[in-house]
Amino acid sequence: MNKNKEQLLNKRYKAEQRFRLYGQSAIFMALLFLTIFIFKIFSTGYSAFQKTWLIVPVNFDAELMMLDENPTKQDIEDADYYEIALQSMWNLDPNANEDQQNQLKRMVSYFFEREIKQELLKDPNLLGKTKEVYLTASDDLDQVFKGNYPRDLPEDQRRVSDYQLKIFDQLVANGNVESKFNISFFTNADSREAELAGIASSFMGSIFSILVCLMIAFPVAVLAAIYLEEFAPKNRFTDFIEVNINNLAAVPSIVFGLLGLGVLLAIFQLPRSTPLVGGITLSLMTLPTIIIAARASLKAVPPSIREAALAMGASRMQTTMHHTVPLSMPGTLSGTIIGLAQALGETAPLILIGMVAFVNTIPGSPMDPAASLPVQIYIWAESAERGFVEKVSACIMVLLGFLIIMNLFAQIIRHKFEKKWS
Amino acid sequence: MIKIKAKDVDVFYGKKQALFNISLDIEENQVTALIGPSGCGKSTFLRCLNRMNDVIDICSVKGEILINDFNINDKGCDVVRLREKIGMVFQKPNPFPKTLYENVSYGPTIHGIAQSKQEMDEIVETSLKKAALWEEVKDRLHEPGTGLSGGQQQRLCIARAISVRPEVILMDEPCSALDPIATAQIEELIDELKKEHTIIIVTHSMAQAARVSQNTGFFHLGQLIEHGSTDKIFKNPDNKKTQDYITGRFG
Repeated sequence: MNKNKEQLLNKRYKAEQRFRLYGQSAIFMALLFLTIFIFKIFSTGYSAFQKTWLIVPVNFDAELMMLDENPTKQDIEDADYYEIALQSMWNLDPNANEDQQNQLKRMVSYFFEREIKQELLKDPNLLGKTKEVYLTASDDLDQVFKGNYPRDLPEDQRRVSDYQLKIFDQLVANGNVESKFNISFFTNADSREAELAGIASSFMGSIFSILVCLMIAFPVAVLAAIYLEEFAPKNRFTDFIEVNINNLAAVPSIVFGLLGLGVLLAIFQLPRSTPLVGGITLSLMTLPTIIIAARASLKAVPPSIREAALAMGASRMQTTMHHTVPLSMPGTLSGTIIGLAQALGETAPLILIGMVAFVNTIPGSPMDPAASLPVQIYIWAESAERGFVEKVSACIMVLLGFLIIMNLFAQIIRHKFEKKWS
Repeated sequence: MIKIKAKDVDVFYGKKQALFNISLDIEENQVTALIGPSGCGKSTFLRCLNRMNDVIDICSVKGEILINDFNINDKGCDVVRLREKIGMVFQKPNPFPKTLYENVSYGPTIHGIAQSKQEMDEIVETSLKKAALWEEVKDRLHEPGTGLSGGQQQRLCIARAISVRPEVILMDEPCSALDPIATAQIEELIDELKKEHTIIIVTHSMAQAARVSQNTGFFHLGQLIEHGSTDKIFKNPDNKKTQDYITGRFG
């Protein structure tokens, strides 16, 4: 009998040990996946924060630019820079034939004459002189310099010719190639040229969408939750509403996109591709999440607090506003942040309402066309150029950073509230 | 003087009847104890007196409850003003998760009793003094009320209840979550409070009922079996059931 008992006890201990092991390996797996994911993104994406520049001497020849001796600011603005820009690239190899001259031109970014113009606008005294100017390298050379482009491929399978590589290597040897922090990634809007493409438009688009979403979803959801939880009679009809709110939370997001397309764009004629429409569509999606979180945290407020306030002669409204709602706020806010984080990462509904359009301007208000960060990732991931590969990962990093900051913010708010009520 | 007069009160939870034909008179400035086994309806009756049963959707109350000759079950009765006159202390101490000061000043604030900050300070001080808590907490009025011990929390709840100077205080097993020392303090307090307030206390402890009350009502299965002076109920009850209960034969 006693021996039997001991065996049973041993069995129980072993079962517990096994269970712990399962749990630990589950956590290990989760951490492993996370590490691989983050490592992959960082290792592909970090190089996007660097940009390769070619340092090329430019002769600001007044004659080629068709300028007088003493040009006004407007003259400088209107001058023709293409010729001197071309000349400065051709000067890298004075013996180049026509085809090679064309290749030389394609070593720098498509709009390289604009960079030369900026230089002269900054310092008009340069007129007639020669200065070394930083020109953005083409995305292919940028990738070559970062080591992301295989140089050992046969020439006809490469987008960079042997001749271009030769000139580029000369420049590198002379110290005329430099890598600097890629500011334009944050200040430029999207572009067809990978070396010029930036996230400014999609970042602002995301911020405007989230703000519109918050301003619509939060008040509506909180009011709905308070009414349902504190004031509405508990009957079949409110049960029915509750079930349907839960159903709404489970509706695939693309359906909300169709709703936005069919109602907001088709019926209300709101401007297409704008964060306004995006935000309204996302708020429909976020609404049930916030309602559910707010109701749960209202339910978690002990009934004894409500009774205490009611027994003091507080009206139902006073009980709710003075006690229940403030006590439930931390939970409601964290639910809101979770909902907004979901909305921030949402792509499908935005594609349907046209926020997938190529936007090369930075939106100044929710009424201007814009992309959003996840849609930008989608657009870039579809692009063929090698230069966009690292941009995709970099954009993911920015999106993740955005989410982390939001969660941190939520935590801080929660902490502040909880301290007050403890 | 009779303060509260209950006439033929029936209470239903949905279809289930919880109280049957309760008629009970409550004397002014005395302590009335309601005793009986669990589930006998004594707390339900207590909650009828400040219409706290309104909160429960399925609960309906019939009959007349006259307070100062005014039927509180009338449609014209405003529960907010009723509850200002009839305070309540609950079984589990339930201070608001706010400071001590905010706890006591909440009632006067929502009813607009104090005209100035100074007046409010006075109300808070007198209420805490009457609740025999002032000496212990006067240096930490702006600390959270939830940081006090159980007994102190319950006295804080009493201070909160008397801050609006109610005519009646309802107490629903106020000592059941407290240790004997805290219980003794509360009982002493009840004795003091009855000078200015009419007190109705629901209790499980017959010893407590005997100690603090002048009148006692005995409930069983939703009926008021017997009521009268505490002396008579405990020493010479008319009903056999009362006799059995107070001698500990059931309950």
